[in-house]
Amino acid sequence: MSDVSPLPISKEIEEKDVVVIRFCGDSGDGMQITGSRFTQATASVGNDLATLPDFPAEIRAPAGSLAGVSGYQIQFSSREIRTPGDAPDVLVAMNPAAFKTNLADLKKGGILIVNSDAFNEENLKLAGYAQNPLDTEIVKDYDLYKFPITTFTTHALETSPLIKKDKERCKNFFALGLMYWLYQRPFEPTLEWIDKQFSKKVDVANANKMALKAGYYFGETTEAFKKSFRVAKAQLNPGTYRNITGNEATAIGFITAAQLASKNLTYATYPITPASDILHELSKHKNFGIKTIQAEDEIAAIGVAIGASFAGDIGLTGTSGPGVALKSEALSLALMMELPLVLIDVQRGGPSTGLPTKTEQADLLQALYGRHGEAPVAVVAPATAGDCFHMAIEAVRIATEFMTPVIYLSDGYLANSAEPWVIPDYDKIPKIKIEHPSNPEGFKAYQRNEKLARPWAIPGVKGLEHRLGGLEKQDVTGNISYDPKNHEHMSHVRANKIKGIAKYLPPLEVFGKNEGDVLVIGWGGTHGSITSAVDELQKEGMSISSVHLRYLNPIQNDLYGLIENFETIIVPEINLGQLVKVLRAETLRDIKAINKIQGKPFKVEELKEAIKKFAAENAAKNKKLA
Amino acid sequence: MGAENDIKPLTKKSFESDQDIRWCPGCGDYSILAFVQRVLPEMGIPKEKYVFVSGIGCSSRFPYYMNTYGLHTIHGRAPTVATGIKAANPDLQVWVVTGDGDALSIGGNHFIHALRRNVDIKILLFNNKIYGLTKGQYSPTSEFGKKTKSTPYGSVDYPLDPISLALGSEASFVARTADNTPKHLTEVLRRAAHHKGSAFVEIFQNCIIFNDGAFDPITGKEVRDDNTLLLEHGKPLLFGKDKKKGIRIKGFDPEVVTVGENGVTEADLVVHNENNPNPAYAFLLSRFNLPQFPVPMGVFRQSERYTYDGLLNDQVDTALSMGKGDIKKLIHGPSTWTVE
Ligand SMILES: Cc1ncc(C[n+]2csc(CCOP(=O)(O)OP(=O)(O)O)c2C)c(N)n1
Ligand code: SF4
Repeated sequence: MSDVSPLPISKEIEEKDVVVIRFCGDSGDGMQITGSRFTQATASVGNDLATLPDFPAEIRAPAGSLAGVSGYQIQFSSREIRTPGDAPDVLVAMNPAAFKTNLADLKKGGILIVNSDAFNEENLKLAGYAQNPLDTEIVKDYDLYKFPITTFTTHALETSPLIKKDKERCKNFFALGLMYWLYQRPFEPTLEWIDKQFSKKVDVANANKMALKAGYYFGETTEAFKKSFRVAKAQLNPGTYRNITGNEATAIGFITAAQLASKNLTYATYPITPASDILHELSKHKNFGIKTIQAEDEIAAIGVAIGASFAGDIGLTGTSGPGVALKSEALSLALMMELPLVLIDVQRGGPSTGLPTKTEQADLLQALYGRHGEAPVAVVAPATAGDCFHMAIEAVRIATEFMTPVIYLSDGYLANSAEPWVIPDYDKIPKIKIEHPSNPEGFKAYQRNEKLARPWAIPGVKGLEHRLGGLEKQDVTGNISYDPKNHEHMSHVRANKIKGIAKYLPPLEVFGKNEGDVLVIGWGGTHGSITSAVDELQKEGMSISSVHLRYLNPIQNDLYGLIENFETIIVPEINLGQLVKVLRAETLRDIKAINKIQGKPFKVEELKEAIKKFAAENAAKNKKLA
Repeated sequence: MGAENDIKPLTKKSFESDQDIRWCPGCGDYSILAFVQRVLPEMGIPKEKYVFVSGIGCSSRFPYYMNTYGLHTIHGRAPTVATGIKAANPDLQVWVVTGDGDALSIGGNHFIHALRRNVDIKILLFNNKIYGLTKGQYSPTSEFGKKTKSTPYGSVDYPLDPISLALGSEASFVARTADNTPKHLTEVLRRAAHHKGSAFVEIFQNCIIFNDGAFDPITGKEVRDDNTLLLEHGKPLLFGKDKKKGIRIKGFDPEVVTVGENGVTEADLVVHNENNPNPAYAFLLSRFNLPQFPVPMGVFRQSERYTYDGLLNDQVDTALSMGKGDIKKLIHGPSTWTVE
């Protein structure tokens, strides 16, 4: 056998435009690895793609239990796509628990591949089945393939020196190989990856590679499959691409920002899902002058970042919602001291521990208003995984240019989902210019420039000794002041400084026309679903446009003019309606909301339906009026 | 503010800021401020390299009165901010000023972690055994049964000892002094200033308004000789007006003995060793309290180990010396493909 995936000669190949596959199994079954390898292979053949990893909060829920089911969905296509897909065309279920929790999502008539070995008495009981569901009516609507994947894998690994249990663990690679054949993906990138990943365990590497190939050749030789599928290369915009997740893009974005600013960066944090991977990634890159500090708690982490920023580093801290709550007092301190600082919030399902591994957009109001006193900070939110890179740079740019804390709102979906990303040309990204004063002549700690930013004077410079603190300060000098009028003045100055950022923001990009019936306004990780829904509705003839806000405080000023040009304004969010509250207050318009709070992204179909409903209501109202 | 003349040597005055001092007249904080301002010029370190960081409390107003860089932060969090400053620039001399409530109550977590990491900062804990700024509630160092505004029937909290806690937190320098013993205060501040690593100094501080005389039974002029034990490295643990009383330790049990009585000689006494590799010795001393034992004053323990900020920056420097990162490569990642 050669190591090159052979072209199947014997079987028919059907062309497909778009496919959604979901791998699911027990947390111990390696579904995240399977999914991410499939993604890598898919990226390498040039399909457009989007993914949705979905894992339980429990690290090791009892094997086979419903709580321990882990899944990974990918949509790939020969045309542009923006979401991981509404419903899978193919479901690979590695055990009864995964089968039970995922079957309802599979499209009617969809391909259902199960590891029949796992449908034993014990696992069926764990999943709450009195009878093997594969022998019942519920599978009749699907194109079912029952393969004893565990047995096939151990047979294929007969010559491997591994013990039986370890051989069985390779079954996910068998399943992956089978899917590679079914969708005509090359397995070479995965072979290379396995070699790298298991370089210290050669036997394991070899076994996984054998299992992968066995799965592939099984697909080719089995009578069960009469044909395989091909999804042609997508006509993506020209450029060099890589695959990237939101957390990777966030980490790389902040490193890039520090480089653009010619600064060291200090990242202080306390581990929390789904933000921890940013720490893991940044920790690897000390050779860019990146210091990472795992503090004793979130309060300490932001304290460290404040200290680092005062001393002249880019101070960065990161967490998820519960950690933001802890940091809020210190964040107010940073804004009172008017120091540059970025707080990353990778939002997850709340409140409290909530749904720690699932996505949500429910920290927006916390970011905007969740502090004591009149405490405005800038807030930005990346729209896609790749956009995390750009908004990280924007966050540092705003923080340093305006001497303010900036909250960067990512979410669990963006953090973990992967997409092909056009690699930006570093040389074309504008530098971040930072000046530290050095001349003591006339230096005043709270003297402001035209952006209302005060000077970033750092310790170590002779003659600029000054004190900062949380107490109210006299304008210009920065001395403590309890003068009532001064407090009012300073409260306005701090508010105006943040409002004033809007003048320096790029114009909004409207998807569709600048006027019409319906305008959909989104923010954060819902970009893919909203844009896809609006795209389809436009193609169906609806007069509809959308804008996606990446700056949430301040919002670009042109939004308010744009809103005037539409009759119906709709704001879909993964919360109970937060941005919509802000926009209603700002515009006094009867803005509609679409809300979902299930720890999952919007499906394109459900958005379309809800939008159509609002549009129809409006049309009916207009008719009545006429 | 304004530039300091290059040639002029630093004096106490160089460290005085132009802000009005707002502590109550007679507050112990005044004397601590004065002696810090007196010690720093001796250090030979440029003034612009000092950063004073505080939390919240009366004592935490301290940075405003120092003509150095300074941050008056939030309640209990000064050690975290100080850690960040040292992480960014290990070359700075960072001092933390905190109170017993600030450091041991709301900031307890940060306090122990800063010490265990051995961040190169000096922590001055002004212990007045009371909450001053919030007007007189009991604190984590107030004695059991203390009657205060918040505990009219007496507090039912057991206090903790800052020195024991610092030792348990692996602090590399642990000392105690008082606001009313200027020479001792100066010497301990000097020692702390010279220590590389976390230096922890508990300073008995009189709050004249809410807890006046709290330390009189220990450091009051009349009783001082009998009720304190001056720790001097390499010298036997002797105290009392005529230095006749001493400390003998058998196993884990210390006892007060009198030299010349019952056949006790100086040779029977413990010789103070700040560098004792066994922290149990310093911990034992930290448990000494009236009336059974005199209260030890001075350096309990000093040890050397690498500092957190030094190690953190070394890792970065080492990585950089092996080749600065290539940002374009990083952005490109492990595998790419091109669409024409
Ligand atoms: C988050 C927060 N909680 C409470 C307070 C109120 N507060 C200010 S100082 C203080 C206690 C100060 O006691 P201590 O640290 O002993 O300092 P002292 O005033 O005695 O010097 C308290 C409770 C605050 N400023 N911030
Ligand atoms: S209240 Fe006590 S501690 Fe505070 S300034 Fe007055 S005397 Fe000093």
